[in-house]
Amino acid sequence: MHFTKDHEWIELDGDIATVGITNYAAEQLGDVVFVELPEVGKVLKPGDSLAVVESVKAASDVYSPISGEVIAANDGLTGNPETVNQSPEKLAWFARVKLADPAEITGLMDRPAYEAFLQSL
Amino acid sequence: MSESDLLRMTVLHPAHLALGARMTPFGGYDMPVQYPDGVLAEHRWTRDQAGLFDVSHMGPGFLTLNAPSGDPDADHAAISALIEPLISGDIAGLKPGQLRYTVLLNETGGMIDDLMVGRPRLPDRQGRLYIVVNAGTKDNDFALIAAAAEGRATLTRADDRALVALQGPAAESVLATLFPEAADLSFMTFRRFDRKGEGFVISRSGYSGEDGYEILIPSAQALEVWDLLIADTRVRPVGLGARDSLRLEAGLPLYGHDADETVSPVEAGLAFAVAKRRRACGDLRGAERLARELSHGPARIRVGLRVLSGAPAREGAEIADATGAVVGRVTSGGPSPSLGFPIAMGFVPPSLSAVGTSLQVIVRGRSQPAEVVAMPFVPHRYVRKA
Repeated sequence: MHFTKDHEWIELDGDIATVGITNYAAEQLGDVVFVELPEVGKVLKPGDSLAVVESVKAASDVYSPISGEVIAANDGLTGNPETVNQSPEKLAWFARVKLADPAEITGLMDRPAYEAFLQSL
Repeated sequence: MSESDLLRMTVLHPAHLALGARMTPFGGYDMPVQYPDGVLAEHRWTRDQAGLFDVSHMGPGFLTLNAPSGDPDADHAAISALIEPLISGDIAGLKPGQLRYTVLLNETGGMIDDLMVGRPRLPDRQGRLYIVVNAGTKDNDFALIAAAAEGRATLTRADDRALVALQGPAAESVLATLFPEAADLSFMTFRRFDRKGEGFVISRSGYSGEDGYEILIPSAQALEVWDLLIADTRVRPVGLGARDSLRLEAGLPLYGHDADETVSPVEAGLAFAVAKRRRACGDLRGAERLARELSHGPARIRVGLRVLSGAPAREGAEIADATGAVVGRVTSGGPSPSLGFPIAMGFVPPSLSAVGTSLQVIVRGRSQPAEVVAMPFVPHRYVRKA
């Protein structure tokens, strides 16, 4: 698993990247009550909005860490947004993206580096 | 200098840290936005049991005649005459022990703030008013009131004490363990209680829509009383996050969001706070505009909206009519934990304000259907005693 400084995780299977947010991010958001997912076929660039997660207090964008086309979205989250709090790094993936530029992955953190980054916050 | 360097702390700040609160700057103070239970659980606990809120960032104070005559009614009339020119309410008409929601007005009838003004219960404490204003506006409010009363009455701030709100159906029986006679208070009344030789001011009031109390606590007893209340298993601490979702469901406007200096109390749906006697007496600020809006209707009015599908519509979201023309903006909104769907308040023309009117809210560029619904969204459960 790879991690970004924006507290997203990316799991690679060949050139397919599954993207979600980390335990830390889910904790910071508080109770998630609404999730807006990207449409399949949407072409993302790094920094584009991949999803929107909303707590009682606020709406927060999840920005795409990578380039590529969305090939699947986790529609189960729409009816069960609380999954984002219950299982952020496993069940609550947001989208699968066909990577346009695998080199983008190389700049990301592995888990020990991400844990160290969290300690530094 | 960063904002955090200027943040003030309430007397109860150490209690929030000990409870594991997540803190955030609000109204110039470092305040708990939520505790480990989280906003949803805190919200529901308040509706089911009792939530304890630190609202010490707000502005309690007392306005006291410098030279009371000793005649209780004359002294109340005299102190009322000093504050009434600033506000919309009938203070002279308050009964002893009564608290009133009212509005500070500017010269054009816009809202400088909303506030509570109370008349003390006992004959020997007349010629004095208990006043509670909002956190972000309190310095200006207090300056206006002090200036209007200059030479005749003295404003004493009490925002160095703790002000807590205990809200929810269990509030009465919980507070009775400390102050048995508080159970006799009716909604929008208050009185002084003594504990360990110091005065507490307890009002049956709040901003959650539930029964409950607001309690002004001497600073030396604040942490002790907070801990005593929290130790009751029916009570949990509640942060500003749930305070906001509770007051939204209760249909109560939040100053700075649903009201500001451009908004009149008539537009804000607060015409009830513009007292009949004051409309007639000629010293009402913005009287011309308020009279016009009361007789012909305002140009816009605050309504409640239910978002029928899609994402919550939050502050700033545009409101459109059925044809897609933008007719107003959301001023507060979010998911309703009690109802399970998104709700919002916003301003629309009166022609689109009837309950059942179909509107749209624009969220992230997308039009979503919405409908005007009656407020409060969740019924109030205030307790009125005979």
